[in-house]
Order: sequence, then C-alpha cells, then structure tokens
Amino acid sequence: MTQQNSVLYDVPGPRQRRITLFSSVAALIGLLVGAYFLIYQPLDETGQFSMELWGPLIDPGNENFALVWKRLGVGIKNTLIAAALAIVTSLVVGALLAVLRMQLKGLAQRRYAGLATPLAHLLRGLNLTLSAVTRFCVEVFRGLPVVITIFFVARGFPEFGITFDYLWYLVIGLTIYNSVVIAEILRSGMQGLAGGQAEAAAAIGLAPLQTTRMILLPQAFRIMLPALISQLVVVLKDTSLGFIISYEETLNIGKQIIGVLDNPIQVYTVLAVLFIAVNYSLSKLAQAVQNRLSRGRRTANTSAQQLPPAALASQTEGTGATGGGV
Amino acid sequence: MSVLIDKFDVFASGFWLTLQICFLAAIGALILGSVVAVLRISPVPPLRALGTAYVNTFRNLPLTIVMFFAAFGLPALGSNADFLRIPGLDIVFSRLGTDLPYFRFALIALVLYTAAFVCEALRSGVNAVPAGQAEAARSLGLTFIQNLRHVVLPQSWTASVVPLGSVIIAMIKNSALIGFFGVIGDLSQTADQLTSAGGEPFIPVAIGISIGYLIMTVPLGALLDRVERRQAVAR
Repeated sequence: MTQQNSVLYDVPGPRQRRITLFSSVAALIGLLVGAYFLIYQPLDETGQFSMELWGPLIDPGNENFALVWKRLGVGIKNTLIAAALAIVTSLVVGALLAVLRMQLKGLAQRRYAGLATPLAHLLRGLNLTLSAVTRFCVEVFRGLPVVITIFFVARGFPEFGITFDYLWYLVIGLTIYNSVVIAEILRSGMQGLAGGQAEAAAAIGLAPLQTTRMILLPQAFRIMLPALISQLVVVLKDTSLGFIISYEETLNIGKQIIGVLDNPIQVYTVLAVLFIAVNYSLSKLAQAVQNRLSRGRRTANTSAQQLPPAALASQTEGTGATGGGV
Repeated sequence: MSVLIDKFDVFASGFWLTLQICFLAAIGALILGSVVAVLRISPVPPLRALGTAYVNTFRNLPLTIVMFFAAFGLPALGSNADFLRIPGLDIVFSRLGTDLPYFRFALIALVLYTAAFVCEALRSGVNAVPAGQAEAARSLGLTFIQNLRHVVLPQSWTASVVPLGSVIIAMIKNSALIGFFGVIGDLSQTADQLTSAGGEPFIPVAIGISIGYLIMTVPLGALLDRVERRQAVAR
C-alpha cells in the first residue's frame, strides 16, 4: 500500500517534514478547541457525559451493569446466530445457483441433434425458459434493497399462512439477496478462469456438471475468496436490519435498553465500537487472504501468470464489497 | 391489483421522494468521497491517517447505526441540520426546507456512509493507473497536485466508473432504510403505510414497491455491465 502511494509524490525532505509536523500540531490544537466548543460543551450541557447515563455500560459496580451486558450478550449471540445461518445458507444456495446458471448457459448451445425434432425443440425451449427465469430472478433480487426483501418476507409469508420464528424471516431475507450476489461473484470467478481449464476437463472426458463441480467451482472459490469474505462482512452488517421485523438482535436489544435507561448516544457508541471491532478484523482477514493469494502458491517464476486472477479478484472485491452494503 | 392504479399517486410520490434523496445523497457522497480520497493518497501522513480512519469507521458500521447517530446525536448537539436548508435548493427538494428534520438527518447519514465507499472506488481507480505514469510525471518535476490533476486522475476515471456506479446502486438500495427513521412518504415507508395502516392487499403493494426500486437499479446496473464489457475489450 505505502509503495503504491509513494509513487505519486517524492519522499518529503527535512524541511517538508518540519512543516508537516508544525502544521499538524497546529491543526490538532485547532481541532481540539473546535471539538470542545462544538461537541463537548453542547453534550456536557445536556448531561451526556454523566455517570448516570454511562454507568450501566462501563461501570461494573453499577446496579444495572450486569443486566445490561447480559441483555447485550443475548443480542450479540442472536446477531451471530442469524449471521452464521445466513452466511451458510447463502453460500450453499449461491454456489448452487452459480452452477445452475453455468449449466444452463452450456445447455443453451446444445442442439440435441440425435433426438426427434419436436423433443429437441421442447428441450431447447425448456432450457431457454429456465435460463430466462433464473436470469430474471437474479436481476430482480439483486436490484431490490435488502431491507425491502426482509420486510416483504416477514410480511409476505404470514399472508400465505406460513409463520416462522423472526430469526427465519431475517435469515430467508438475507439469503435471498446474498445468495444472488454470491452466485454472481462465483460465476464471474468461473468465467475469469483460463479457457484451457474447461477444455482440459472436457478432454479427459468429464461431463459438464463434473467440470463445473470439480474443476471450475473450487478454483472460483479460491480466486474469489477476498470478495466472498467482504460479502460476509456485508451479511454481518445487514443482520442489524433485524430490528425492522423486531428480531432480538444487538441493535434491537440496544433499543430496549435505551427505552429503559434513556441513554441513546451512550448505547449506540458502545454498539458502534463493537461492530467496528468485529468487521474491521474480518476486513483485515480478507486483506491478508488476498495478499497471500496474490503472492501465489508457487512464487518466483509464475508470478506473471498469477497476476490476472489477483487483479480480477481485487477488482470484483471493490464492487462486491459495496454491492449490498447497508 | 387495482391498488396499483388507484394509489398510483402514492407510489409515484414515494418514488419521487426516494429519487430526491438519492440524487442529493449521490452528489454529497461524491464530493465528500473525493475529499476523503485525496486525503487518503495525500503526501501528508496525518491527513492520510485521518482519511483511513474515516473509511475504516464508516465501512465497518452498519448504516442503521449511522442513521441512529444522525437521528439521536445531532439533536443532542443542538442541531436540526438547518445548514442543509439551502435557499433555492429547498424549493426543488421541498423536504429539505420543512420543519421536520428527519429528511436532512437521513441525508447526512447516507452521505457520510456512502462517502467511505466512494473514496475506496476512486482510490482503486488511482491504483489501477500504471506506476510508470506517476513516476514519469514526478521525474518531469510535477508536484503532487499537478501530478494528480494532469496525469493520474484523467487516466483513473475509466477504472473508477464501474466501482463508482455499483456504489451508487448500493446507495439507492440503502436509501430504503430511511423510511424506518422517521422520513414519511418514501417508497419503503409507503409499503408499510399502505399494507398495515391502509389495509391494502400485500402482494400488489409489494409488486408496486419492487417496480419502483427496480426502475432505478436495473437500468443503471445494465449500463454498468455495458461499460464494463467495453472496457474489457479496450484493455
């Protein structure tokens, strides 16, 4: 990263460094003064720094401390359960969807020459319809906000007389959206592979499904791992949407605590710190994985060959990470 | 299905409101995001740290929490975000000028959140410019600003367009959250209102709302695919 950045400018000399140091200190002092008058004072006047509001969250001696953190623990547990379930189901469904779309794409070119004409036409028609339907579903669910998907799931299923636990509405809503995104990530990974992979598989007599399952999909997973991990961060962030269907996840518990103790700013600050800590470490993990992958398993002489997949992965990570983020 | 026709004006006004906030938030996020991106690649280490901290904070927070902070934190600071009541602009975007501050709070939250992603999209474009270009510019004696303005940025746009587009699409989708934070009358809140308060049948309303969002996201996505394919050919 630093290597990339420093390409843009010369390394600062002693005079430049002195100027930087002095002006940063001056700016810092200015900022602190500004923060004191614009942020600290108004907050202090309304008593936002009083132990009464912070105590239940940070002071173990407070009477509410144990209860508050017990409730928050429940919320964190629920968030993690929902996130884990949503991640597993969307990975499975997403992989299936990606394989299905690859298969349908392969079948679309098949003419069924050996079969009777009406049957061949029927099969081709079936392929084309299935292809169109999956394409339509992918476009629709990729274009809808997750909030709306979750909301529709929670409202729509009871409409048909199907009721679940709130957890499952959240998981289904998240799965619908994220499996589609993951399917697209995997598909672009499979299409980015060198053509020789599929050709070699066909040459040794693997069926199309075997080719996809045994040759393309594992490689796509490996190449797209950074993008997939970023998508998982998105899933974890999106579980916070459970509050709109009153699933008891972290934010919802936070709201309940606020309802009793009336300290919104304090509770949200603590929750924000929690979320940043977890998601930041996950993002770091994604970065570490990417660095490892771009270095490749065999370094030295194949480095030129390793470049394209890495570039592809980093590019799609940019879009993948932002693709669904709430 | 008749609800789609009978309540067409409700859907249309919801769509219009969502479009308004998306338009304003996109502009705000592009401006703020560019500033943060310049901070992140600037030669001054403290500014770099500031940009990095901003991006790491907002990229790892759920938008929900940012929204809560805007809705609870700003009033605690004694602000109703009145600085957004820009004369002239509040006539076109009437919700900017109303007494209820929720539209402005939601706008601030969306801008702050999206700016972090815009910054990353722009930065990925800058990183895609071959290092030799910036090195050549430096060896000609161009300063950092000249280097960016004349050499690096003009070449980075092409690589930034697609990521920027997906950031904007994601932002349009994220804007569905504002209906749950006191903004009355946008598409997502319309769904809630029509089904629970208005007693309308659920399925037609869901279809109407979905169409509203898909009108905004699908064409933009298709356009991006096209651009991406053309760029792949050009490369």
